[in-house]
Amino acid sequence: MIAQVAPAAAQAAAPVSYVPLWVIGGYMAILIGLGLASMRSFRGTSKDYFTASNTVGPILLLLSVFGTTMTAFAMVGSTAKSFEQGIGTYTLMASSSGIVHSLVFFLVGIRLWAIGKRHGHVTQVQYFRDRFESRGLGNLLFPILVLLVIPYVLTGFIGAGTFVQGATRGMFPTAFAETSGAVPPWLTILVVMFVVLFYIFQGGVRGAIWANAFQTIMFLVAGLAAVYMIQRSLGGLSAASAAVLEKSPGHLVREGKIGHGEFLSYMLVPLSVGMFPHLFQNWLTAKDAKSFRTVLVFHPIFILVVWLPCVLIGVWAVGQGLKPSTSNATLGMMMTKYVSDPVVRGLVQAGTIAAIMSMDSQIMALGTMFTEDVVVHLRGKGKVSDKEQVWWSRAFILVIMALSYFLAMYPPPNVFDLGVWCFSGFAGLFPLVVAAIYWKRTTTAGAFASVLAMLSVWGVLFWRGLVAPALAGTPVEEPLVLGVMPVVWVVLAAGVALVVVSLATRPPSDTTIRKYFA
Amino acid sequence: MSSRAPRGRWMWIVVAVFAFLHWDFWLWDDATLWFGFLPAGLGYHALYSLGAGLLWFTFIRLAWPDHVEEWASRKPEEPQ
Repeated sequence: MIAQVAPAAAQAAAPVSYVPLWVIGGYMAILIGLGLASMRSFRGTSKDYFTASNTVGPILLLLSVFGTTMTAFAMVGSTAKSFEQGIGTYTLMASSSGIVHSLVFFLVGIRLWAIGKRHGHVTQVQYFRDRFESRGLGNLLFPILVLLVIPYVLTGFIGAGTFVQGATRGMFPTAFAETSGAVPPWLTILVVMFVVLFYIFQGGVRGAIWANAFQTIMFLVAGLAAVYMIQRSLGGLSAASAAVLEKSPGHLVREGKIGHGEFLSYMLVPLSVGMFPHLFQNWLTAKDAKSFRTVLVFHPIFILVVWLPCVLIGVWAVGQGLKPSTSNATLGMMMTKYVSDPVVRGLVQAGTIAAIMSMDSQIMALGTMFTEDVVVHLRGKGKVSDKEQVWWSRAFILVIMALSYFLAMYPPPNVFDLGVWCFSGFAGLFPLVVAAIYWKRTTTAGAFASVLAMLSVWGVLFWRGLVAPALAGTPVEEPLVLGVMPVVWVVLAAGVALVVVSLATRPPSDTTIRKYFA
Repeated sequence: MSSRAPRGRWMWIVVAVFAFLHWDFWLWDDATLWFGFLPAGLGYHALYSLGAGLLWFTFIRLAWPDHVEEWASRKPEEPQ
């Protein structure tokens, strides 16, 4: 049916294979199948819908946590950034995440899993409300977490739209003349939204976890297959890199592109995983603490498997003189141009879309938070039936999806930059979660001060660094402040406010301290 | 919940040293291609990622906090 849409005349002028689109369609059909299968395992309770009844073992936990951490930011964003900035992209985010993510999983993830298991918390807001004996803190945190997750979801939508646009260029010259015959982003995003909503509505968090696991396997294989096929087309690994050395040697080093202050400060960005609502929800699905062991060990290695091919492809694109409409389209164009076998190209492209679509857990987390932190909180525990909770969750997800779809129509030039801003905000909440877990002396006022300090500093820097240049139509530069990334000032402000105000105010009651520390 | 793992605290020194090694300032302007295709800076950080996996493997063997799981399994009102 897809092939019929393209006029025969256009096909004759420029022979285009539609096989990759069929392969991608097959991949989407498998996701829908997984949604149906997860629905059969659904036990009908809200606990099962939101935490999969704590049944997830080590392998599934690894695949789902990794899948939900690596989104469009990892595949599309890393290739785009490498195309612009060179190999330093890997050193900024991938290798640092390898050690910092696992460290956070160990220091925060396992503890929050234990706390959630013992006290029955389903969301972060529930935990912070109870830990600091404050409904107000939860009311403050809820909108902040939602607002920070939305850009993360947006990176997925924008990444999917631009990737498919780059990959389908010339396929539909009549139907989509305004995008040079490529499937336009608005259509791709609509299809992605429909598929994601289908499987998370059917199976809840279990549906998201199963899909994430499948997507992780897909994009791990896709990255390796893509780099293998592309280097073969470019005359081998050495020839591909030699072309870069000749055309733009600066892309193979960091001198002149990344300062040492910027490099070191990037190390704080991955702290964000400690406050991702979707990771909190993923952690709670674990069967036991030992399930985290596999995650700790293999997470850095999986990052290597995904990021190294993408960074190489981005850099090689420079050597080939690629001219994408936006850097986000680099990966899609490289595949279209240098992966000749249409079936393999389709599989590789489906794998890339798999990474992009793994923002399903973020969407699921938003629905869970609204249900637990707003609906159940306001109406009282036990007064909202399991069925109602599931429907409230779905309704909120639909609202957020509609909003995200609207925002995705006005994309920033680079999903990598948007992702880093989003992560910097979450990283600013890291002092709060660490203090809540490890420092008995943390007070409610200290927690409020920390969140407000984070919000103020991040808000000002975000406006200055991304929003204002975008509105003015000027290029978005690396938003360094005194030579370091904004995340440094955000984390510093949040940490200092928390410590100073906590030391000056009254700690929570002994009952609460015993509850969480005894 | 006790805030620290009961053994292997020295492993944190290893983690700190490893974290410092992330800063490969000596490779900043090195455009050498390892094995003829892998830029030195990228090759170093690829090895670093593998090293991180190995580090965490060692860590969980020597300093796994068993007490966290025990704490999670106890009902809130149970004495220690």
